[in-house]
Amino acid sequence: MYSASDLRKGLKVQIDGYPYIVTEFEFSKPGKGQSLYRTKMRNMITGNQLTQTYRSNDKFEKADLEERTMQFLYSQDNEFHFMDTSSYEQIFLTLEQVGDNVNFLVDNMEVQVLFFGDRPIDISLPIFVNLKVTKADPWVKGDTSGTDTKPVTVETGYVLQVPPFIEEGGRIQIDTRTGEYMTRVKD
Amino acid sequence: MISPRCLAQRSSLLQAVRSFFIARRYLEVDTPARLPVLLPESYILPFTSEGWFLQTSPELCMKRLLARGCPQLFQICHCFRRQELGRYHQPEFTMLEWYHTGWSYLELMAECEDLVRELAGGAESLAGVCGPATLRRDGQRISLAPPWERLTVEAAFLRFAGMPVREALDRDCFDELMVTAVEPHLGRDKPVFLYDYPAERAALARRKKENDAVAERFELYIAGIELANGFSELVNPAEQRQRFAAEISRRRKAGEPPVLMPERFLDDLGRLDETAGIALGLDRLFMVLLGAETVADVVSFAGDDL
Repeated sequence: MYSASDLRKGLKVQIDGYPYIVTEFEFSKPGKGQSLYRTKMRNMITGNQLTQTYRSNDKFEKADLEERTMQFLYSQDNEFHFMDTSSYEQIFLTLEQVGDNVNFLVDNMEVQVLFFGDRPIDISLPIFVNLKVTKADPWVKGDTSGTDTKPVTVETGYVLQVPPFIEEGGRIQIDTRTGEYMTRVKD
Repeated sequence: MISPRCLAQRSSLLQAVRSFFIARRYLEVDTPARLPVLLPESYILPFTSEGWFLQTSPELCMKRLLARGCPQLFQICHCFRRQELGRYHQPEFTMLEWYHTGWSYLELMAECEDLVRELAGGAESLAGVCGPATLRRDGQRISLAPPWERLTVEAAFLRFAGMPVREALDRDCFDELMVTAVEPHLGRDKPVFLYDYPAERAALARRKKENDAVAERFELYIAGIELANGFSELVNPAEQRQRFAAEISRRRKAGEPPVLMPERFLDDLGRLDETAGIALGLDRLFMVLLGAETVADVVSFAGDDL
């Protein structure tokens, strides 16, 4: 159990059967009054925001959350299937749950799947992933303007800006937090 | 973490506070920080020290000195309150407290205006001050020109919370409404004194003669931030004993750590004439004057820096 004085940004608690993450937190205490803990929380399943003020004697259950390493197998009809590499158990998440991660997800990639009880609710990818460039305009030699970039498409269909020397068939490293190009990868 | 420049400005401001009170014939005192008994008040949690307590305010000792015949006192000291940590709270903080015999809370409000204006108008250019007698905070200008706004707690609740104070107390949501609905509006164009608190929220203040449901207590707000709490002191030992007894019994019922009746304080209180006193959070005032975001930015060391 957590008490209100444990509340802080990023803490995960369980309210009315849902896991919530604290997104904003402020301690307040009106003069001669009691301590108040003002929070904004996000429901980790529905995405709904909850704005709530708690008192110091309020208690919270810990959210029953667990991360498991799983391998991405395939996607079909907007369902993304993963397998636990030790138990071989298979589960799937919806496109909505996978969110922007879909831009960086390729077959056999190992990811962390977040479970709430038995229910998979979210995935997190490695910070850096290496993806193959499937479509790029050729590099015009002699173009010396070092600051220029050009758009390329990677194997997931994601389009991003890269330096002009990146060519079709090459591999690049992308930061999955920002979706930005990091460096060229030599095979 | 505080910058050397801010530390120098804090030092100048501390000197300016002392000069202000010494010029007005106040006596500076430094009373013990470690006490065997505290004034029984709700919602303030003390640190213990070998069976004694670290002071949560210097009120107890200062009132005892007033009763011994010192008519005007001020003190700058560290106070300690458990479990108070946030943008505007540190468990150890610097308090400025002053008392003036013969005054009521009305004269103290006026003196509070003088003090803040003098500090803002000093020679140094402070980041939170823009132009003569004007503060800058949250992108807004706050005029310090007198008189500052005076607003009763009842009027503020009706205006900003849409509910009379009595109803807020009965519904047990007075503090929540104060923090979420009322405070954010206070002191945005000019500082405001919120005054005449419900008597149950002023354990050490005198009740108003015309209306004993409220006590002569005020709070100073600038830019939604509570800076000072003052009142016409309750100097009737029998009534004060009753209020302490009610708090002691509330604590016993709630299973909170027991506290003792401050007998020597009550003995001395009988010799106290009409007096007004005020406690001002110096770190918060310096934060506003120095244009800092948090109190941790204007103290030499915040707790997480030690």
